[in-house]
Amino acid sequence: MMETILFQIEKIGKTFNNRKIFSEISFSLKEKGSIAITGRNGSGKSTLLKILAGVLTPTRGTTELKINNTTIKPEDYFNQLGLVSPYLQLYDEFTGWENLDFFRRVRNINVEDKCLDELLYRFNIWDRRNDYVRTYSSGMKQRLKYAFALIHKPSILLLDEPTSNLDAEGIVTVYRIMEEHKHNGILIVATNDAEDIKRCDEVIDLNNQIGKRK
Amino acid sequence: MVESIKIILTIFKKDLYSELRTRYALNALLMFVITTLSIILFSIGNESVSPELLSGVLWIIIFFSTMSGLSRTFVSEEERGTVMTLHLIAKPLKIYFGKLLFNLALLLGLNIFTVALYLLFVTSFSVGNYAIFITTIILGTLGLASGSTIIAAIIAKANTKGTLYPVLSFPILLPLLLTVINATKLSVENALFAEALGEFQILFSYLIVLTVISFLLFEFIWKE
Repeated sequence: MMETILFQIEKIGKTFNNRKIFSEISFSLKEKGSIAITGRNGSGKSTLLKILAGVLTPTRGTTELKINNTTIKPEDYFNQLGLVSPYLQLYDEFTGWENLDFFRRVRNINVEDKCLDELLYRFNIWDRRNDYVRTYSSGMKQRLKYAFALIHKPSILLLDEPTSNLDAEGIVTVYRIMEEHKHNGILIVATNDAEDIKRCDEVIDLNNQIGKRK
Repeated sequence: MVESIKIILTIFKKDLYSELRTRYALNALLMFVITTLSIILFSIGNESVSPELLSGVLWIIIFFSTMSGLSRTFVSEEERGTVMTLHLIAKPLKIYFGKLLFNLALLLGLNIFTVALYLLFVTSFSVGNYAIFITTIILGTLGLASGSTIIAAIIAKANTKGTLYPVLSFPILLPLLLTVINATKLSVENALFAEALGEFQILFSYLIVLTVISFLLFEFIWKE
């Protein structure tokens, strides 16, 4: 049976050094929900995504995550969500395989080697799994980030500029993942790309701070 | 509990392999110890320096070599942008204890190396009571690792990381340094173990207080 998810964002605001980035952002998503966060450069899309991921504390407002009617503490959000973003970095001095192996061990999840192989195959980096990440191209690093974000089968997938650095084949894979995730959990995408926005049910524009249902 | 220990050990092993591959801190630490010791040996020359003074010199080398390398555990994560990755895979305290364990192992190895070189080359320095000396080195290492790990976590967020580290560490580590210097003096003077118990109690209390404070504060430091 599919789990019920409720992710509520209530009047979130963030201020850096007395400079207001955004304020009063509110929206609510249930399972099978998806939202695109848009806005010009510097409008705070990435900052909002970091707050939703529990990495950054908002200056104002609250986030609430309920899974199967159980409230998840903000410090436990990381178990429920996966994030792919340009500012997320993996360990260059380890191989792709070693990175994923470290993540599954730290997360203390029961993921077999076979599943890691499948993830690496899916993102077309299996052939390079034993190479150091520092030798990867930016596109390959982006693919590895997807493997990192999906290794624990998260309920919520947060994507910041999801198709950056990817070739046509990589973009197709990402769009397939976005579609899959929309049917299994919650998808939140920070982007200004029309193709990415098209794949989400709702849009929130940080410049106008208006939520729109498409 | 067992799960938490497994996660802490995984973070420790990651840092250990990372250090062996990148030599971020190891080279800096070893070079610092060797150059400082060489300068001290050249300065001393044929002069006879009191063993009490040499006890202080030993801890000066240990303190500054700690300052030159131990901040790397957090600073390197911050500089390489992998801090967020850590945020997304584990709870703050597990990360803290994994890093603390790594710093402890690194500092213990470094201190054994430093003490071995010091005993070998600084001939005026001879230990009378090895039980006091070894206990001091162990408790001093634990205290230094604990203090320098939490300070490294604080300064990793600052812009002037390099200069801030010793400046911030000095007042926090001063009680520890004064006590270990006193205890080392007692070991050189061949005092009875019972005479050094007061020093050990201070070191032990310091270690407990610092670990508890770090435990309580780390979550606030870790989260932006």
